[in-house]
Amino acid sequence: MISFDRVSKRYAQGHDALREISIDIARDELVFLTGHSGAGKSTLLRLIMLMERPSRGQLTVDGRNLATVGPRGVPRHRRDIGVVFQNHQLLFDRPVFDNVALPLIIAGYDYREVGRRVRAALDKVGLLERERAMPVTLSGGEQQRVGIARAVVGKPNILLADEPTGNLDPLLSGEIMQLFEEFNRVGVTVLIASHDLALISRLRHRIITLRDGRLVTGSAL
Amino acid sequence: MSNRREGASQSRAEFRDVYNAWLRHHRLSAADSLFRVLDNLLSSVLTWLVIGIALALPVGLNVALDNVSRLSGNWDSPAQISLFLRDGVSVEQAGELQTQLDQRDEVAATRFISREQALEEFSALSGFADVLASLEQNPLPNLILLTPAGQYEGGSVASLREELEAHPDVAEAVLDMEWLQRLNSLMELTRRGVLAVGGLLVLGVVLILGNTIRLAIESRRDEIVIVKLVGGSNAFVRRPFLYTGLWYGVGGGVFAATLVAISLWFLAGPVGQLAELYQSSFQLSGLGVMGALNLVILGGILGLAGSWLAVARHLAAIEPR
Repeated sequence: MISFDRVSKRYAQGHDALREISIDIARDELVFLTGHSGAGKSTLLRLIMLMERPSRGQLTVDGRNLATVGPRGVPRHRRDIGVVFQNHQLLFDRPVFDNVALPLIIAGYDYREVGRRVRAALDKVGLLERERAMPVTLSGGEQQRVGIARAVVGKPNILLADEPTGNLDPLLSGEIMQLFEEFNRVGVTVLIASHDLALISRLRHRIITLRDGRLVTGSAL
Repeated sequence: MSNRREGASQSRAEFRDVYNAWLRHHRLSAADSLFRVLDNLLSSVLTWLVIGIALALPVGLNVALDNVSRLSGNWDSPAQISLFLRDGVSVEQAGELQTQLDQRDEVAATRFISREQALEEFSALSGFADVLASLEQNPLPNLILLTPAGQYEGGSVASLREELEAHPDVAEAVLDMEWLQRLNSLMELTRRGVLAVGGLLVLGVVLILGNTIRLAIESRRDEIVIVKLVGGSNAFVRRPFLYTGLWYGVGGGVFAATLVAISLWFLAGPVGQLAELYQSSFQLSGLGVMGALNLVILGGILGLAGSWLAVARHLAAIEPR
């Protein structure tokens, strides 16, 4: 589903964020991506969602060679991927419902369909009663779950998460990970960047470890 | 075959979906931007006023010029040409010339004034009767007053004058319209000036709107980043801002039309009194419904242009980092 073939990323300042990375992630997999901060986890996710372009190597996502996706194709590509951000990236002047509905509005669903899907997604993350609430009135864990609902509302084949449990206590972190496992069970490819080794080693999924932009373990099953 | 037909109908259905989605987002953006504009009513009204004043100034001046030229239009036709005949030309010869002139298409009417008649008229009107009586001979020439036909105006009257002056019996042909021509060229000059000032003000409106939209973009920078992160295209991000510009422009046009109407209403009373004093039935004419509508449309176009300027410059620069 996601395939890195000797991908390198060097930033303009000369910093090598990723060096010769080769990874294959299958369709029904849930994979953790770990490493110290600055090891290249975020860069790897940013490459998949085309916030960055690889300096060398080939990257294929859902059968699409990303080198063939031009600037106009980037929004469409991003619509096919659900992303959960570390800092949530919510619209703080809009209620929960509007935040979750955003990808559907962008994709142009009609209003009835939007309402149905948003409520299904909110139900899934346990926030159905909070749909009219403003994000600032929610706890960190609830905000993160709004972010997750927004990531899955468009039923993407791929779900990326960058430190989704970054600021949460262990109990909440466990619940969030359970959510991701549920999505994975219904066929979504999930890639989670996290440095919470204690948590992810308990979960028995493949772990890809990066160190200084190089792959240390977990290149294939 | 059936497969292909299915494909065709499917792509048609897809096209309709895309079209519906596009339409839906246009409606949503239009409504959302309108609510935002109305939400900050005070600052929106100020923006509308600025645009309204900038548009009302040249448009109002133009309306004033239209009124003046309508007024002077009542004066300049029919113009008159005075043909002063040579000393040796007798009254009979003058009568012959008059009949010749009467047969021409360009001539609507002629009137012969003999030198004696002219002297009588002059002494009666000028009050110099004693002085004139003391003169040994009549200094005034025979005169034919000629009125050109209505459709001959401006340049062709001038050329008619030249042609008549070349006639051997005519000493001088005077087209007594020079002051009107001066007025007309003065008005033309003013019109150009208004046009130039109007152009500058229109440019100003576009820049003001561009700046307003730029501020709106800046204040919603985080939102733009998020929308782009979850797959919003540039066109999607652009739409609400273009509509915001449109609403500012249309509102400004409405304000401008209102300001012009109010100024005319303010001036109508004194102008009517003045016209009455001159026994004229002249009345100020305003923009009219179409003029006002055009002004609103112009405002909308300027609003779109200004927001497009801002959006093209600033939106592409906002990318998720």
